[in-house]
Amino acid sequence: MSETITSADTLQTPGTKVIKPYLRLSGLEPLVVRPETNFINIGERTNVTGSKKFARLIREGLYEEALSVARQQVENGAQVLDVNMDDALLDGEKAMTTFLNLLASEPDISRIPVMIDSSKFSIIEAGLKCLQGKCIVNSISLKEGEAKFIEQAQICKAFGAAVVVMAFDEHGQADTEEKKVSFCHRSYKILTEKVGFDPQDIIFDPNIFAIATGIEEHNNYAVDFINATRRIKELMPLTSVSGGVSNISFSFRGNDVVREAMHSAFLFHAIKAGMNMGIVNAGMLQIYDEIEPELRELCDDAILNRREDATERLIAFAETVKSKGKVIEKDETWRQGTVEDRLSHALVNGITDYIEADTEEARQKYPRPLDVIEGPLMAGMNIVGDLFGSGKMFLPQVVKSARVMKKSVAVLTPFIEAEKQKLVELNGGVVKSAGKILLATVKGDVHDIGKNIVGVVLGCNGYDIIDMGVMVPAEKILQTARQEQVDIIGLSGLITPSLDEMVNVAREMKRQHFEVPLIIGGATTSRTHTAVKIAPEYEHGVIHVLDASRSVTVTGSLLNKALKKTFLDDVKIEYQKLNENFRNKKPVKQYLPIAEARQHKAITDWSNYKPVVPKKLGVQVFQNYDLAEIAEFIDWQPFFISWELHGKFPQILTDEIVGKEASRLFEDAKAMLKRIVEEKWLTANGVIGLFPANRSADDTISVLSPKPGAGTVHLECLRQQIKKAPGQPNLSLADFIAPAEAGIQDYMGAFAVTTGGDIEKWLEKFKADHDDYSSIMLKALADRLVEAFAELMHKRVRQEFWGYATDEQLDNDALIREEYSGIRPAPGYPACPEHTEKYKLFDMLDATANTGIILTESLAMYPASSVSGWYFAHPEAKYFGLGKIEKDQVEDYAARKGWTIEEAEKWLRPVLEYDM
Amino acid sequence: MKSLSQCAAERILIIDGAMGTMIQRYKLEEADYRGERFKDYHLDVKGNNDLLCLTQPHIIEAIHKEYLEAGADIIETNTFSSTFIAMADYDMQSLAYELNVAAARIARKAADEYTAKTPDKPRFVAGAIGPLNKTLSLSPDVNNPGFRSVTFDEVVNAYYEQVKGLHEGGVDILLIETIFDTLNSKAAIFAAKKYFRDIAQPELPVMISGTITDASGRTLSGQTLEAFYISVMHAKPFSVGLNCALGGEQMRPYISELSQIAACNVSCYPNAGLPNAFGEYDETPDHTAHIIEDFAREGFVNIVGGCCGTTPDHIRHIAEHVKTLPPRPLPVKVEELA
Repeated sequence: MSETITSADTLQTPGTKVIKPYLRLSGLEPLVVRPETNFINIGERTNVTGSKKFARLIREGLYEEALSVARQQVENGAQVLDVNMDDALLDGEKAMTTFLNLLASEPDISRIPVMIDSSKFSIIEAGLKCLQGKCIVNSISLKEGEAKFIEQAQICKAFGAAVVVMAFDEHGQADTEEKKVSFCHRSYKILTEKVGFDPQDIIFDPNIFAIATGIEEHNNYAVDFINATRRIKELMPLTSVSGGVSNISFSFRGNDVVREAMHSAFLFHAIKAGMNMGIVNAGMLQIYDEIEPELRELCDDAILNRREDATERLIAFAETVKSKGKVIEKDETWRQGTVEDRLSHALVNGITDYIEADTEEARQKYPRPLDVIEGPLMAGMNIVGDLFGSGKMFLPQVVKSARVMKKSVAVLTPFIEAEKQKLVELNGGVVKSAGKILLATVKGDVHDIGKNIVGVVLGCNGYDIIDMGVMVPAEKILQTARQEQVDIIGLSGLITPSLDEMVNVAREMKRQHFEVPLIIGGATTSRTHTAVKIAPEYEHGVIHVLDASRSVTVTGSLLNKALKKTFLDDVKIEYQKLNENFRNKKPVKQYLPIAEARQHKAITDWSNYKPVVPKKLGVQVFQNYDLAEIAEFIDWQPFFISWELHGKFPQILTDEIVGKEASRLFEDAKAMLKRIVEEKWLTANGVIGLFPANRSADDTISVLSPKPGAGTVHLECLRQQIKKAPGQPNLSLADFIAPAEAGIQDYMGAFAVTTGGDIEKWLEKFKADHDDYSSIMLKALADRLVEAFAELMHKRVRQEFWGYATDEQLDNDALIREEYSGIRPAPGYPACPEHTEKYKLFDMLDATANTGIILTESLAMYPASSVSGWYFAHPEAKYFGLGKIEKDQVEDYAARKGWTIEEAEKWLRPVLEYDM
Repeated sequence: MKSLSQCAAERILIIDGAMGTMIQRYKLEEADYRGERFKDYHLDVKGNNDLLCLTQPHIIEAIHKEYLEAGADIIETNTFSSTFIAMADYDMQSLAYELNVAAARIARKAADEYTAKTPDKPRFVAGAIGPLNKTLSLSPDVNNPGFRSVTFDEVVNAYYEQVKGLHEGGVDILLIETIFDTLNSKAAIFAAKKYFRDIAQPELPVMISGTITDASGRTLSGQTLEAFYISVMHAKPFSVGLNCALGGEQMRPYISELSQIAACNVSCYPNAGLPNAFGEYDETPDHTAHIIEDFAREGFVNIVGGCCGTTPDHIRHIAEHVKTLPPRPLPVKVEELA
């Protein structure tokens, strides 16, 4: 193993690394204390004995607020956080554990190491059990004798903690220089020789006592500390020296001006002597040189004990200064810069407060209004673009920047228009932008969050965006593209039929001899689908774009004459390869004939099954459902995905890279959610129905329609055909309903819910306000709310209306993990991917009349924030993906639906195993 | 016979590859997992790979031998989840101690057989101590970030029992691996130190291997690599390193960093690349070996091998590629600051 040598001068093999005996600490990040490291600030406000506010918060159990005290310490520059819970009224062990566990979920705080501060060792142990990093124990000492000292030191060592050793012995605290040095040295020898402590893990606290108290014996305390520090560092050079700095000024409580000056002056001298860390109020330290000279002189006199009357003089001075607490203010210094600097700052930081005035100022400064855009605004947005491109800024910030940009442009637009008008009148001139891009969500689809983000991001990059909105037919897209002479067409969509519609647009572009590139994006789209299905239909460039940030580089390459050809050629080669790979890979899976698949049903034995009769059969309508109740069921994870922030919730809030932004976004979301609920921005309507049902054929469920005279409705299901391991079923939703021949009356249900009512008027308001951020936020929240609504209704169905799970006890996480019994698959999703069954669902529930949800021709629901599906209650019912199906099932399905094979193939295209 | 430290000073040591991947090849069914002893057990136990040490010991032994044959100097016991906490998934808490003893004995026997065959290349058994399915630094409850599903003391007790079983079964090394929460590993270190203090015997060498989960360069519990290393330095480990989650290519910057800061040996046993769309590892033995060889040439490593998806073939290739390359020289520890 590694060899220990006594001098660094020993000959070493070149390249051999040297490990220095530094004090190494860690939170989420390391803190290595090197000789050249500046003084280490240990934040002191998270201490119930030192901070009344913190003590009150802990006593009242307000841990969230208590955490903000810690955060403030870190923001003010604390490099280690001292945590003390020694209060007679508190269960100290419990408070320490709770606080440190909560701290662990706040990466902006827990990045720094913790100092566990207590005079009760049981509290220290409780703290040690919560900290993953290498922490500091504050403190142990010889106060209760050597045996106890060794025992406690051994425990600290087993946890890998560094220790603060107080200069104590069995008889008391060291007050003189001599005692301080000798107590510390004795402790050192025990720790290094008997316990096996590394010297660098020892930090001495030689006791800082109050000076200038009026008691003569106290006058030399600072000098004793400083001199002892110097000697300790000479005698035991690897150790550190620390102390509670605010003790020194204890007699000036209430006079922060004098206290701050004393702390700074004391530290100035102690640090020179070798003190390398200290417990300080990190926000309350002044620079020595900036202390008012007279006060500095007085402080030095008292600290260095240079004059007999030092105390009186300092007290006399103290009475002349009013104690004024420092007020923490928003940093507004950026307002002093030039107008260009201010615009840039506002853009980068997303501040709208002054943008209108600043824009106006710039407009008057520049010869033409357009110069403001092309000059300072674009310069600012370029910074934003660079930061975004290099991963230093995240989407929500960019959208905020865009909001600033839009507001600024709105100020300029009337002037630009007026100027343009003049130009046109003068010589009929035309103004050309960096490029014109048409964006549209394709026919039948209403989802546009992603498309709007792309629009905003591209807009920020100087492109003209023509956003045609949602449900745009191919013909309209191409007509506009031609009229406006756009440079690129971008299509977006979320539901699976949109994929076909995109293929259709590509075909139409070819037929109509278009030559502009086509960009594909949206949640169900993929590079593979684009390469295999869309790209072969159109030869002038089809590119799949994963997210908004990629859209910038792709557009940049497409609109750059020099790059375009190479770029498109590269994409073409890549897609051809993907296409080949896809086709070559296909025959790996084996499929069963549908007749054979039907032999492998999920549930075969119905003899012991007793379905619960729904407590309330028939249709029930819920209008204007309480949004507050719905909000409690929100699953936040997908919310972050819609903002292109990827990661698990809530861990994403503490993620190293996106955590800060995710947290901010989450705060904004919660704030808007509060307003949505309180001010009833949205209307939540829902309808559910529970009906008698039986399986009437292998993959057909017959449901008794609630409509008078409508008789039975046949729901047609699809069955997995992939060959499975022996004993594994080929699932179909029909499997979860008892067959008629079993002689059991079974039941199923259906639902349709929406939270999109009234959303349009808010979206229009945000649009008028140039506030894409709020607009996207509202849509994302409406999506979350409707999913929550579906979750809530499902729970009520299980517990009340159907009542097959009256004793279910699940919290929201368990609901999100789908731990309940029964499922609610939606037509168009993996278990039942064929969308047209939604007509039957809507008809049975009279969903359009009851909720206001409309079905588009592609079976998308409008408003977009709507969800519908079936309820199955069988305990073995589970979600599954259909996978691909073979022609025999398609033919069978066509016959059941009364379709031609072509119609069936059209609706089943995404799940077909074969090429048409 | 040469000691572990002597061997490590002379050459790069080879640690074995994946156990799970090899077990999968046997396509065992529920009945195989149950064996005779658990044939009427009240829960399904398929997937409880550690149980195979009791029900199919010959399979585990055969896998160990395949790795020894491929050139492994160190084999890991099949005890990744053999703690009463992890075994609770199968309601087999009470078996934890027995599993460790049995697993250690199987590995011991296989290793001794090969040491006898090639006395100049002694083989060592590392008792594998996994990360647990419960974590001390993270809350499983979104709405209650201060909540913990397990206490430090429970984790220490679980690891204590595991260390005892492994030690009594005859392992040479304790390998605390796949650490995604440093506090769990600190509990394991704490338990090991306590155990050896209680029985008043010298501590076994400890290998520590963390897991960087993604390109953030952090552990799942949020620590940077250096912060992680600082947090476990007090174990005075025989080696510190990384395994799992990443393939060698993705691990490179972190192994490079570790080789700069570690005062002890550096180990590296990555997955066979990143999983493909089907969750399978398809990096070929040759490819893995090239990456590891590059690490060795750079002087990053002392101990190399494989994690998920690696096979005896991978280990054979790795061993072949680093055979003639020198191990990373151990840093010199000085006792002066300047």
